[in-house]
Amino acid sequence: MTPELFFQYLFAGITYGIMYAIVAIGFNIIYNTTGIINFAQGEFVMLGGMISISLLQFMPLPLAVVCAVIITMLVGALIEMIFIRWLDNPSVLRLIIITIGLSILMREVALHIWDESIRSLPYFYGNEITTIGIGPVRISPQVLWVIGVCGVVVIGLSLFFKITPLGREMRACSANRTAAILCGINTRNMVTFSFMLSAGIGALAGCVMSPITYTQYDSGTALAIKGFTVAILGGLGNSMGAVAAGLLLGILEAYSVAVVPLAFQDAISIAILLIILFVRPHGLFGSSEAARLTEF
Amino acid sequence: MKSSKVFPLCILIGLVIGVQVVTQLTDKTFYLTQLTMAAYYTLVVIGLSVLMGYAGQISIGHAGFFAIGGYLSAALTTHNLVSLQTHPFIQALGSMGMLIPGQDLYGEQLLTVAPWPACLFALAVAAVVALVLGVPVLKLKGHYLAMATLGFGIIIFRIGLATEFFGEADGISEVPAFVLLPSLAGLPALSVSGDFGHRIENYYIAWGLLVLGMVLLLNLIDSRTGRALRSIHGSEEAAEAIGINTARLKLAVFVLSAVFAAIAGVFLTHYNGGIGPSEASVMKSVRYVALVAVGGMANLWGVLIMGVTLTFLSLRGVFGSYDDAVFGTILILVMLFAPDGILSIRGKALLARFKKENA
Repeated sequence: MTPELFFQYLFAGITYGIMYAIVAIGFNIIYNTTGIINFAQGEFVMLGGMISISLLQFMPLPLAVVCAVIITMLVGALIEMIFIRWLDNPSVLRLIIITIGLSILMREVALHIWDESIRSLPYFYGNEITTIGIGPVRISPQVLWVIGVCGVVVIGLSLFFKITPLGREMRACSANRTAAILCGINTRNMVTFSFMLSAGIGALAGCVMSPITYTQYDSGTALAIKGFTVAILGGLGNSMGAVAAGLLLGILEAYSVAVVPLAFQDAISIAILLIILFVRPHGLFGSSEAARLTEF
Repeated sequence: MKSSKVFPLCILIGLVIGVQVVTQLTDKTFYLTQLTMAAYYTLVVIGLSVLMGYAGQISIGHAGFFAIGGYLSAALTTHNLVSLQTHPFIQALGSMGMLIPGQDLYGEQLLTVAPWPACLFALAVAAVVALVLGVPVLKLKGHYLAMATLGFGIIIFRIGLATEFFGEADGISEVPAFVLLPSLAGLPALSVSGDFGHRIENYYIAWGLLVLGMVLLLNLIDSRTGRALRSIHGSEEAAEAIGINTARLKLAVFVLSAVFAAIAGVFLTHYNGGIGPSEASVMKSVRYVALVAVGGMANLWGVLIMGVTLTFLSLRGVFGSYDDAVFGTILILVMLFAPDGILSIRGKALLARFKKENA
């Protein structure tokens, strides 16, 4: 492998890794406040991409992205209020099955609205062939957008959870639900907020990655699985861990293409997940004790 | 067996025969095709029901076991071994009567593995895979278990999709008939195939298998083992404390349900004459989970009834292009309003009335 190729693979891996990390952060937000893994998280990503592509016909790109994020946030809140809010002490199995059902339903609705064709947003800067040289490698400016958005999301989230009252209430809710209720925090509202927040982050991810990965009605499933893999690798609920694990998985995947056929790429990354689950069930960076009680 | 268990089984057998006679009289035997397929899919679902409902372990990867059974028996019974004829291993197999010579449409020589050894090999592989996978996987709980089994299903799907031996995206077609019993003493041979002439006989093979599976599972859950399983579902720690080897029991049920899925895979593949990667897809696994949930998890009869009904309707194309959407909706509605299954709604009301009358 030539040094150029080595770095080219490295950057491809980083790009995908960052995308996985953003999806994983979406998982973590809901998990932290509710203990639920939202199997429909990938569908938020798909919705964000699809809605922004449709809105682009009526408005400029930045506005379309903002509107898509807001609409997806509303969808997320609506879903939580209709399907989850009023359940009394549901079992994990029940919640898993409900969110799986939701993901099927959202996918099917998307299929009937946007049919099966593959769409994408235009590149935010330049076009398909615009590249920026970094040392020996050339990357698309969209990659910088992806990395930038991820950075903003991670920093923004940690500020949000540390500084704002709402963020602190959500953290209290994840640390000890009963105590949070006793302090007068409406924990049910916090759960709705967490769904909104994670839907918004998913949608934002869906918008920035759409020019690179394209968007189709069923593109959410594969992303959700990768995102979940990363969330578990990094330790459920740990956002910095998710970024590290995302980069690790993305880079491993990128280099695996050099060794095994592309068709086996998914199988490889899932096999890695299985092995890590068996050896360290609480993830690479998570400790079993702190699995739920994490700083965001 | 207690009479309370024999009675519903008799009704089931009566219904199976009744449906066949009615379709025969009304000249609607084409319904039997989908009923046969529904019976095979339901075999997967009742196996999964014991794992999910009684032992309390979710698996979103059972389509993977179905595919292991189907793909292996299909690949072995269609792969031509003529070029390897001189290999000592192949000759040893041939001398044990495990190979069948034949000719294809163009008169080429064929040498394939006979269906019976292929079937047994496929089931053995499924059981071993379940065993090897189950040891680490069943230590996981909740979301981790769901994810790990989901991951297993995707790996099998990818292997089927990317391996030339398994036909890649086309899958395997022209799978020969599976002769269960050769013709004996004037009786015709019993074989699993999609031939129109074999429709009624295949209907009975599929439903016979399903009834047999039901008898086995009903006896299992009513035994000491069954009670131990339910205690795991209730509380794993408590089960440990009263001396139940929970790890071993969970593993045994996992392997059992995997073998059920693999049997269904083998038979349905021979019946359809082929198998494709979609049989191993995540959506199939989710569908099995959905059927178990709709039937009421720990309610074998409910799972059987809902499994056969919904699969039959879906195979008849009643839901059209909304097929997956219908399954998703049913899944959500049942989990929201009747987590004990659709049949529990009526059951509870009846039970309440029964208690009132007796009081």
